[in-house]
Amino acid sequence: MTMTHMDANSHAHGSHPMPPDMLAGTVAERPIAGAGLPEKITVRNLDFFYDGYRALKSISLPLYDRQVTAFIGPSGCGKSTLLRILNRMYDLYPKQVATGEVLLDGNNILSPKQDLNLLRARVGMVFQKPTPFPMSIYDNIAFGVKLYEKLSRADMDERVEFSLRRAALWDEVKDKLRQNGMSLSGGQQQRLCIARAIAVKPSVLLLDEPTSALDPISTAKCEELVDELRSDYCIAIVTHNMQQAARISNFTAFMYLGELIEFGNTEEIFTNPTKEKTSEYITGRFG
Amino acid sequence: MTEIALTLTDAHASTARRARRQRLQDAAFRNATLAFALLVLLILGGVMVSLIDGALPALRTFGLGFVGTEVWNPVSEQFGALAPIYGTLVTSVIAMAVGIPVSFGIALFITEMCPAWLKRPLGVAIELLAGIPSIIYGIWGLFVFAPFMQSTVQPFLIATLGQIPGLDNLFMGPPYGIGILTAGLILGIMVLPFITSITRDVFETVPPMVRESAYGLGATTWEVVWNVVLPYTRTGVVGGVMLGLGRALGETMAVTFVIGNAHRISSSILAPGTTISASIANEFTEAVGDVYTSSLVALGLILFMITFTVLSIAKLMLLRLQRKAGV
Repeated sequence: MTMTHMDANSHAHGSHPMPPDMLAGTVAERPIAGAGLPEKITVRNLDFFYDGYRALKSISLPLYDRQVTAFIGPSGCGKSTLLRILNRMYDLYPKQVATGEVLLDGNNILSPKQDLNLLRARVGMVFQKPTPFPMSIYDNIAFGVKLYEKLSRADMDERVEFSLRRAALWDEVKDKLRQNGMSLSGGQQQRLCIARAIAVKPSVLLLDEPTSALDPISTAKCEELVDELRSDYCIAIVTHNMQQAARISNFTAFMYLGELIEFGNTEEIFTNPTKEKTSEYITGRFG
Repeated sequence: MTEIALTLTDAHASTARRARRQRLQDAAFRNATLAFALLVLLILGGVMVSLIDGALPALRTFGLGFVGTEVWNPVSEQFGALAPIYGTLVTSVIAMAVGIPVSFGIALFITEMCPAWLKRPLGVAIELLAGIPSIIYGIWGLFVFAPFMQSTVQPFLIATLGQIPGLDNLFMGPPYGIGILTAGLILGIMVLPFITSITRDVFETVPPMVRESAYGLGATTWEVVWNVVLPYTRTGVVGGVMLGLGRALGETMAVTFVIGNAHRISSSILAPGTTISASIANEFTEAVGDVYTSSLVALGLILFMITFTVLSIAKLMLLRLQRKAGV
């Protein structure tokens, strides 16, 4: 499996969450946020059904490469559902159907021809609660790598160290790599899960409320980590914590009752939302 | 003033009375449950004592040689436990060899791959299978399964595996139909529902998120099951297997029907044999003389010890596994 990690074109824009030509091309109430940035994932007219119940209603939005996009909204609004479509996790369960288009690098991943295992190797996911596998810390990382790559002992050691360093966990676990992953603290476990997701070299990271089960210090560490990872991955994060969304994301999507109410630059959404609902939610009047 | 004080003391007194009553109730409740709990130890101890007591005459006559002797001759009153012990262990091994993979397959299918509409019927069928009395397995084994073994399976085994040097000793002799292999297979079918329902239950305890994380890395169902579900549930799985093994070791009725009840050890698993429980069930009514009866009780004591050992080994194994995993 080959993956291009450095895309010169996108990198040029990477550090500018707000491109200068923001005001160009005003068709709607506001110019398309992030116009000009390369789109890693494009969602078009996406509907989702749980056993006939329409949980997502024609969602369309872009996820930009090397940017963090936050999904906010009250419980049950479909944020997690949307995330689970991006790696087709919903496919594990019967009676769940998605219609519309989700383009990853231009290919529709909802197509039945899409190889699910390959897709999931490219789109990593981290869950609400830490989910270390019942094996050693080392094997937790190596597990996913072994599925797709045949690495020599030394290469594998290197990959494990790379991933753990990237997840800011290396210094804490380098002397106990043979210990069970479940013996770590909650915050360490969650960073182990992020390291595990990074190890298979995905290009997209989906974080589903990754800090909701963590204490404040671990949360801060995870947020720092997301900030670090921004330069290499397209990151989508679902969060209930508005401050968190404001702190770490470049773009924010506000969802309500299965609809995308507003999508835009994080700063704009939080300081000057165009929709009444959005401003009510971010000021805490409901939710 | 005094009146108020009086009522107050009254109130205090009644509260104190109620508190005392509750304390008494609590103590009574605690002691009652303690007594029930102690009952378990008492019964276990009682069984052990009476088994040892009953087995003493035989053990005094034959000494420890009882365990290592194959002879079983009621006429000359010579008794040895080797043949039943051998039969018990071999039939159980066959039962496990057949039962474990099939049970795992069923349990994994139900938890990981089964379409929703088939889940319930399959679950109910397995529970019903567990509810079939062993005598029915015995009758079915004797009248349906054994003839089938005799006419089809055993001739086939003799003609194929029986011709391979090294294996020929295991699969030789005439196809009797009844015998060690038939008994082992019936036992395998009998332990199937037990192992299946326990392993299915423990497989379902794997949090969906852990399972999804493995799928999320691009793992296939097989990789998820082998690397995540099984290690996650190993304690429960070993427990289920041990329960099945316990049942296989002690099962009496069905085995008595199809094993042939011959007190001898043959290298061939097609030959008739006997197990400890089958011997006891078969011969207790006709056992005359103290030594004969006592020998049968001694067999029971040995079965008790085998089951005890198996369970202890299982517990130790689990402990070691857990320690190795560092949990």
